[in-house]
Amino acid sequence: MKEKNLIPFNGTEAQEQQLKEVIAEHREQPGGLMPTLQKAQGIYGYLPIEVQKMIADGLGISLSEVYGVATFYSQFSLTPKGKHKISVCLGTACYVKGSDKVLEAVENRLGIKSGECTEDGLFSIDSCRCVGACGLAPVMLVDEDVYGKLTPDQVGKILDSYLETKGGND
Amino acid sequence: MTIAELNKIYDEYADLVKVRRLVAEEGAKLAEKTGYRKQILVCGGTGCTSSGSRKVVEALEDELKKQGLEKEVLVVKTGCFGLCALGPIMIVYPEGAFYSQATPEGVRRVVDEHIKNGNIVKDLLYKETVHEDGSINPLSETAFYKKQKRISLRNCGVIDPENIKEYIATKGYQGLAKALTEMTEDEVVQCLLDSGLRGRGGAGFPTGRKWMFAKNAPGDVKYVACNADEGDPGAFMDRSILEGDPHAIIEAMTIAGHTIGAHQGFIYVRAEYPVAVQRLEIALKQAREYGLLGKNILETGFDFDIEIRLGAGAFVCGEETALMTSIEGNRGEPRPRPPFPAVKGLFGKPTLLNNVETYSNIPQIIRKGADWYASMGTATSKGTKVFALGGKITNVGLVEVPMGTTLREIIEEIGGGIPNGKAFKAAQTGGPSGGCIPPQHIDTPIDYESLAAIGSMMGSGGLIIMDEDNCMVDVAKFYLNFTVDESCGKCTPCRIGTKRLCEYLEKITEGNGTMEDLEKIEELSNHMKSSSLCALGQSAPNPVLSTIKYFKDEYLDHIENKHCTAGVCKNLLRYEIVEDKCKGCTLCARNCPVGAITGTVRQPHVINADKCIKCGVCMNNCKFGAIVRK
Repeated sequence: MKEKNLIPFNGTEAQEQQLKEVIAEHREQPGGLMPTLQKAQGIYGYLPIEVQKMIADGLGISLSEVYGVATFYSQFSLTPKGKHKISVCLGTACYVKGSDKVLEAVENRLGIKSGECTEDGLFSIDSCRCVGACGLAPVMLVDEDVYGKLTPDQVGKILDSYLETKGGND
Repeated sequence: MTIAELNKIYDEYADLVKVRRLVAEEGAKLAEKTGYRKQILVCGGTGCTSSGSRKVVEALEDELKKQGLEKEVLVVKTGCFGLCALGPIMIVYPEGAFYSQATPEGVRRVVDEHIKNGNIVKDLLYKETVHEDGSINPLSETAFYKKQKRISLRNCGVIDPENIKEYIATKGYQGLAKALTEMTEDEVVQCLLDSGLRGRGGAGFPTGRKWMFAKNAPGDVKYVACNADEGDPGAFMDRSILEGDPHAIIEAMTIAGHTIGAHQGFIYVRAEYPVAVQRLEIALKQAREYGLLGKNILETGFDFDIEIRLGAGAFVCGEETALMTSIEGNRGEPRPRPPFPAVKGLFGKPTLLNNVETYSNIPQIIRKGADWYASMGTATSKGTKVFALGGKITNVGLVEVPMGTTLREIIEEIGGGIPNGKAFKAAQTGGPSGGCIPPQHIDTPIDYESLAAIGSMMGSGGLIIMDEDNCMVDVAKFYLNFTVDESCGKCTPCRIGTKRLCEYLEKITEGNGTMEDLEKIEELSNHMKSSSLCALGQSAPNPVLSTIKYFKDEYLDHIENKHCTAGVCKNLLRYEIVEDKCKGCTLCARNCPVGAITGTVRQPHVINADKCIKCGVCMNNCKFGAIVRK
């Protein structure tokens, strides 16, 4: 995609050790590739090709198979995400209540599109399909924090709170 | 554990849970026997958690401790009550006082005034439960709950899903005990056949027949699987059942295992449902500890265990063959049927796959009998159906109604109608595979056949209400965008068909559509329906076809007049400032993200149409109603 996604892989040895344990745990399990990828993404935050190679070697399957599965499911990301992950729900209940306008407000505010990451690596935006908090539609998640009944003009303030505290708004 | 031990737990805990189903004097009498003067139930479902129920629980426990009441008052974190729009929800028994939109400050008042001094804090109650004379209406008498019949959701919002004893206290695992010791496998299948239960995932295949096929399939190794990959955006019934009553699913799958001759089960859950996954893990662990799962279940010699597998965000994995391919660790692509899963399913073995809501009915059907279940519903659709009611409706939440209830009853009575005085335009069922139901069909009784007859489908239970501000062409485009994203790409009619359909809709919403496009849409839709490999592609045209059928005037307005009545399609819109009304306060100009508004203070402003991105921020901010959308 963008050149900023070509951040060189900088996994640590501790991460690699963790990954090896995960691979050992799932090596013999039928259908163990999916849980391995899920845990690997938990360790590294994303699934760069280096990690996919380690998984292919470790599980004894081809890299193309690993890559095929990693690119099939929307939860797996081949590029790093921002420090704060913004996820705007575009499920039907949120959409009919105007979540597309919320997403647009986030994109305008940060100057990036959904699926991208800001240059300082602070924020990335994604849209998701239903977090199940339809009673609060339209809904946006920033990391684990849920913001409901949103209007586009509230977005700026919410994002600013992450700049200041680096944490949640609590 | 033996069945006698199971019954002992039931005897010990039944009253504690029963208090929550009774109100007033009856409940108070029973409460005395349980050792807890009061029980406070707080919803710990995803909806209420998102609106802050954890903090409510913390404040509650903290305040009770401070007041020295923690021994006489029981705090229970339950699953979803259903009325998500009013979360966080808190109910105090035995009075049945229903506190809505609870806050930590409010909780302190409740403990102080209600729990300690016995005065219900009426201004914090859900207003529908308070009569004018100040007396309290039980929750079951409110418009939202009155017409509901809770079978699938019977324990959601009643028991603590993290405590197996509370499930046992509602006769939980008695269905399993009966199936293991009093019934033959054939009797279990016959019971399901007689009950008339049909698959709640959407297609409505008779559950008993599925069980019969899987039972009769030859093979030493068989599997039981549960489809909890609830992909319809806006549907959250299965999640609520997993969060609120996970043991019901475990019990049903174990019964299934015994009936068809399987020893291993899989639950395939969306990874987007962390609370549900966590509750399931706790429930599985407890069931194993109690000897209700694992080796020698209820000391009958039967072995069965269940493993959780997480999905990773692919809608197509809700399709049964794709789901199994995904559990096998591959790209979740569907495969042609036959062979059906009952013959050749997971890892090539005979597999029984049902959806969460379907399973949730089964322990009760086994325990209470087929006649009990078949007495509810219509001639062809028995029992109840859970709907996730969302969109432009007052009471957003989860409702369970007997089959045959009309849409009008759900929307106007249970749902409380459309907010802000807007007019009802359409009800969407079946999500990306379903259709839009217009006002003229609002009296349709809900069952599988009636919904199919009007071009929609039962679907898994998403029910999204749309009002006059929703553009139906835009809604169709929204669903097509979704299916374009989610088409797995294996078969051509779906991969390319969805894309082309979406392009036609984009063309129309941008104001470039022609009448010929409408004909081509129908032709392409018919090809997709007849030649796609799985239900995703076969049903992807439904949102388009049903909106063309019922809202053709809107399509024509877009095509012929280049106009969007609902004011949604941006290319067909224009924002203007009404000179007479504008006071020149500059608020719009300051808020415009692209600097498209100019003017001097106290003079009417002007919008530059070339720069305007039609975000509508100006109109939302204007205090004088001086900005109009045309």
